[in-house]
Amino acid sequence: MALQIKGVTKKFGEFTAVNNLNFTIPEKEMFGFLGGNGAGKTTTFRMILGLLDPTEGEIVWNGKKIDYASSSLIGYLPEERGLYPKLKVRDQIVYLARLRGMNKGKALKELEYWLDRFKVPEYIDKRVEELSKGNQQKIQLIASMIHKPELLILDEPFSGLDPVNVEMLKEAVIDLRDSGTTIVFSSHRMEHVEEMCEHLCIMHKGSPVVEGKLKEIKRSFGKKNVSIRADFDLSFLDAYPGVTKVKTTMEGKILQVTGEDVAADIIRDLVPRGFVRKFELEEPSLTDIFIEKVGAAYE
Amino acid sequence: MNKFWIVLSHTYLSKLKSKSFIITTVIMMALVLILSNMTNILKTFGSDDREQVAIIDQTGEHLFDGYKAEVAVVNDEITIIASQDEENAEKKVIDEEISGYLLLEKDVDNGLKGTYKANQISDSMISDDLFLALSQLKSKRTASELSLTDQQIVQLNTPPAYETIALAENAKSEEDLNQARGLVYVLLFVIYFGVLMYATMIAMEVATEKTSRVMEILISSVSPITQMFAKILGVALLSLTQMILFFGVGYVSIKRNLTDMNEGFFAIFGFGNTNISTIIYAIIFAMLGYLLYATLAACLGSVVSKIEDVQQMISPMTMLVVIAFLIAMFGLGNPSASYITITSFIPFFSPMIMFLRVGMLNVPFWEIAISIGLLIATIILLGIVGARIYRGGVLMYGSSKSLKSIKNALQLSKKN
Ligand SMILES: Nc1ncnc2c1ncn2[C@@H]1O[C@H](COP(=O)(O)OP(=O)(O)OP(=O)(O)O)[C@@H](O)[C@H]1O
Ligand SMILES: [Mg+2]
Repeated sequence: MALQIKGVTKKFGEFTAVNNLNFTIPEKEMFGFLGGNGAGKTTTFRMILGLLDPTEGEIVWNGKKIDYASSSLIGYLPEERGLYPKLKVRDQIVYLARLRGMNKGKALKELEYWLDRFKVPEYIDKRVEELSKGNQQKIQLIASMIHKPELLILDEPFSGLDPVNVEMLKEAVIDLRDSGTTIVFSSHRMEHVEEMCEHLCIMHKGSPVVEGKLKEIKRSFGKKNVSIRADFDLSFLDAYPGVTKVKTTMEGKILQVTGEDVAADIIRDLVPRGFVRKFELEEPSLTDIFIEKVGAAYE
Repeated sequence: MNKFWIVLSHTYLSKLKSKSFIITTVIMMALVLILSNMTNILKTFGSDDREQVAIIDQTGEHLFDGYKAEVAVVNDEITIIASQDEENAEKKVIDEEISGYLLLEKDVDNGLKGTYKANQISDSMISDDLFLALSQLKSKRTASELSLTDQQIVQLNTPPAYETIALAENAKSEEDLNQARGLVYVLLFVIYFGVLMYATMIAMEVATEKTSRVMEILISSVSPITQMFAKILGVALLSLTQMILFFGVGYVSIKRNLTDMNEGFFAIFGFGNTNISTIIYAIIFAMLGYLLYATLAACLGSVVSKIEDVQQMISPMTMLVVIAFLIAMFGLGNPSASYITITSFIPFFSPMIMFLRVGMLNVPFWEIAISIGLLIATIILLGIVGARIYRGGVLMYGSSKSLKSIKNALQLSKKN
C-alpha cells in the first residue's frame, strides 16, 4: 500500500525524458524529488496523475492506477501556477473543490479556515488577478489540499515565496502529512527536502541517481564534513590523505573527508600543533550529495 | 456524470453572469425590438400625415362621391378632396400641400380617362391605387349602362381560378417556395451566426483556461472528454437562453403588431403562416451544426498557447462555416441544383445546406436521415479524436501552428 513506480520510462519522440524509474513512496510520508532543470520531475508527476501515459512501466497507488474515479483522493499543485484570473477566490475554490468531490458548504468552511490560517481572510471576495503572485500561490495551495487528499503532489510548492510564507506553507503541509496524507513534492531547495522528507529521489536527465531513505543515503555516501578552527596555519590539510575537498573560510576550514578514520587522523595531527578552538564532525549535507552525484553525472 | 453537471453549470452560470454576455444580449434584444417594429417605425418616420389627392371632375357626371368611395375601399389612407380648377391644384402640389391631383375626363368613346399629376411619380403606390379605384368605377359605370344585375356584376368581376403546380415531385408550389425562401433565409442567418458565435466562444473559453494555466488542475480532476462536452453543452444552454430571449421579445412585439405584420414588412419573409416543420428542422440542424463546430473549436482552442492566437487558429473553421453559408445563399435561388444536393450530405456543410433543401423542397425522409446520420457520426468521431487532441493540447505550450500542433497534441496523448 503505497505509491509504486515500476520501471517507468517516458519518451517524447526520440527524446527520453524519464528513464527507467523504479521506487516506492511509502504511505503517510513526505517524499522529496530533487533534480536540476529538465531532470524529468514534472513529467514524472504528470505520469503519476495519469495526465501523460508512460511509454513503458506502470504507476500504481494502493494497487490501482490513478484515474478520474479516484480524483477526490488526489491533490495536485502544478508547477505552472494558474487560476481563473477573473473569478473571485470564493467561486474559484468552491468550483475546484466540487470537482474534487466536495460539497459547497464544506468547501466554503474549509476555505475560510485556510484563509484565516494563511492570514488573508479578506481575499475571499477578491478576483485572483488582483492578488500578488505569492498570494495566488497560497490560494492555489489551498485549492490543491482543501479536500484533504490521500495523495498530494506538489510541484515546487515553495518557489517564489518570501521566508515567512515559506514557513507558513511548510507548516500547513507538515500538518497535512501528520493527519495522514502522502505527500510528494519537488524542489530545488535541498534544505526543504532535508528538513521534511524521510525518503527522497535525486534525478538527473531522466534517471534517478540517488534514491532512498535520507539517513541511509547520507550514511552510505560515506564522506563526512569536518569543520576546524585553530590558532595556527591549517594549510597542511589541503593535501592531507583522505581529504577530498577543502573550503577555506575566514576562521578556518571545512573539509570533506572519506570517512571517520580520516577525521581521527586529522585530530591526532592537529593537537600537537597548537590550540584547536573547534573540531566538528558533521553529516554530509544533501547539497554535498547533490553536487557530487549530479556533478559527477555532468562530467 | 456528476462532474459533468458541475462543469456544465459552472460554464453556463459564469458566462450568464458575465458583463459581456449581459451587454450583448441587451443590445441584440433591442435590435430584435427595432426590427420587429420596423413597419411602425417606418410609418412614424415616413408620411406622418395622410396622402391627400385632389380630384378635378370634368366628366360632368358628378363622379366625385362614387370615386371617393372606391378609393376608400382600395386604400383608406388616401384622402380625396374635390377641386375645381387645375391651376389651383397644381399650385398646391408644388407647395406640397397635397400629393397630387387626378383629372377625370371623358375620352372620345365616352369612356373614362384619368390623368394623375404629382411632383414625382416614382411613388407609384398612390397612382396604382387611384388607377385601381378608377377601374372599379369604370366597371360599375359600364355595368349600369348595360343595366346588369348585381349578380352579373359579381360574375363579371370574379377573376378566373388560376393556380401553378410544379410537376417535379420534390418541388413545392411557387407560392410555398417564395414563402419558404424568406423563412429559410432568416433561419440560415440564425444558424450561421449561432454556429460561428458560439463555437468561437468555446474556443475562447478553452484557450482562456489553458493560457491562464488553470487547465492542468482541471484535467487532473475531470477527464478531458467530460470537460469538453460539458463545456460545449453549457454554451449550448447559454445559446438557447439567448435565443429564447430574442425570439420571446420578437414574438411578443410581433404579436402586438400582428395586423400590420400580415401585410407589411414581415409578410415578405413568409412569417405570415410560419411553417412549423421548417422551424423544427432549423433547431435540429442548428444544434447538430453547433455540436460539430464546437467540438472542432474546442480542439483548436486547446492547442493554442496564447489567447491572441485563437482567431488565427480557428480561421480554417470559420472559413468552412462561411463557405457553407455562401453555398446555401447561392442555393436559395435554385435549391434543386446538383451541387446543393451533393453538399447537403457533406457533414461540415450539411447543417446549413440540408436545412436549405428541407426548407425549400420536399426532400424524401431517407435523405434527411442519411445526412443527419453522417453528421452525428462525424460529431462522434470528432469527439473521440478531439478528446485526445484536447488532452495532449492542454499540456502543450509551444508555438501554435495549426496542423503541426494538432499532430503534436495527438502524439502527446499517446504513449509513443
Ligand atoms: N511535451 C513535451 N514534449 C517534448 N519534450 C518535453 C515535453 N515535456 C517535457 N519535455 C522534456 O522533458 C524533459 C523533462 O522535463 P520536466 O518538465 O519533467 O523537467 P523538470 O524536472 O520538471 O524541470 P524543472 O525543474 O525545470 O521544472 C525536458 O528536457 C523537457 O524538455
Ligand atoms: Mg518541473
